[in-house]
Amino acid sequence: METAALILDILSWALLLIGSAACVLAGIGLHRFPDVYSRTHASGVSDTLGVLAILTGLLLQAPSFGVGIKLLMVLGFLWISGPTATHALVQAAWIRGIEPVLGAGPDPFHRDEDGDNTEEVQ
Amino acid sequence: MTFRLATLVVLFSGIWLLWSGYFEPLLLSLGAVSVAITIWLSLRMQLLDRESAPLHLTWRFLLYVPWLLREILLANWAVIGLIIRGRGAISPRWVVVDGRQHHDETLAILANSITLTPGTVTVDVAGRTLLVHAVDAAAADGLLSDDMNRRVAALEVD
Amino acid sequence: MKYEVTAIALVVALLLALMRAVRGPTTFDRILAVNAMGTIAVLLIAVSGFLTGRPDWLDLALIYALLNFIGTLAVLKFIRYRNLGLDGGLERRHQEEMFPWKPPR
Repeated sequence: METAALILDILSWALLLIGSAACVLAGIGLHRFPDVYSRTHASGVSDTLGVLAILTGLLLQAPSFGVGIKLLMVLGFLWISGPTATHALVQAAWIRGIEPVLGAGPDPFHRDEDGDNTEEVQ
Repeated sequence: MTFRLATLVVLFSGIWLLWSGYFEPLLLSLGAVSVAITIWLSLRMQLLDRESAPLHLTWRFLLYVPWLLREILLANWAVIGLIIRGRGAISPRWVVVDGRQHHDETLAILANSITLTPGTVTVDVAGRTLLVHAVDAAAADGLLSDDMNRRVAALEVD
Repeated sequence: MKYEVTAIALVVALLLALMRAVRGPTTFDRILAVNAMGTIAVLLIAVSGFLTGRPDWLDLALIYALLNFIGTLAVLKFIRYRNLGLDGGLERRHQEEMFPWKPPR
């Protein structure tokens, strides 16, 4: 094998492995995170890094110009449609009234003990 | 308007040629018919405005993409760390971002950039205010530094 | 060899997402999992195309990506309104009247 082809092969191995790891980790994250909002962040890993690394890894092995362009177009479409679908999903969950599991940190809705965000007159 | 129309015709024809890869008379004429139907439908649905075909942003946007790419890779690294460390590592919180943008299409770019970056997701929009769910303090601080907001606002020409 | 390894990893990821879709617990978890499965399936189709030496499969990958996106949005719209026929203006009014959230102080 010539040197250039070998380097391309190694690069594409690396990218495909990164992408595979990202997708599997996203799958694990879907189980480890507590609610739909935080699971969205896990699926974001496969939607961005997984897609980018795997499709670039394939791009380095593209047999022709046309195949390379198609890979780039699939990449572009997935990168635009992914966040749009995610946003539609979490907005639907929020509108449906699903409350996220919140950690420590400021709550901008200022919820107090009785569960609303109104000021209590003393 | 004419410029937008011409750009879309060129874009659709290019997409057809690249995906088909055949240059026979029959397939080329089918392509011409599809492009004509698509353009006709876009006109009929009144899709040819600055919001759905933001051609005025093209060059500035191409400069914004590499920065966004870097942010996304860094955020991926952080979220992968959280996934490995498990449920106790995350501390989700709400962040409210006031968009500095004056147009809907740039506000949509900001909201989509936030969602595309793992660790933050835009949940709702009211006026120019975005409600964002952040997975931990680091992701929230990245947003509150307002860097992305300012860069997207700088995309606007006027 | 590299395509085989990637394909196996993608199938594992697909199964993990499928388990989340089965476990739920909310409808939105299931839709999220199915959407993630769709994205992974697009990658799997693309990798399989290279695996079998037929990169034409990318056409199928793109079609699957389009259908996955439209399908996710259609299901979301359906579970929100139990209806796919409302026009945009009516939906917006519906949303503003029923579900306002106030920006915090």
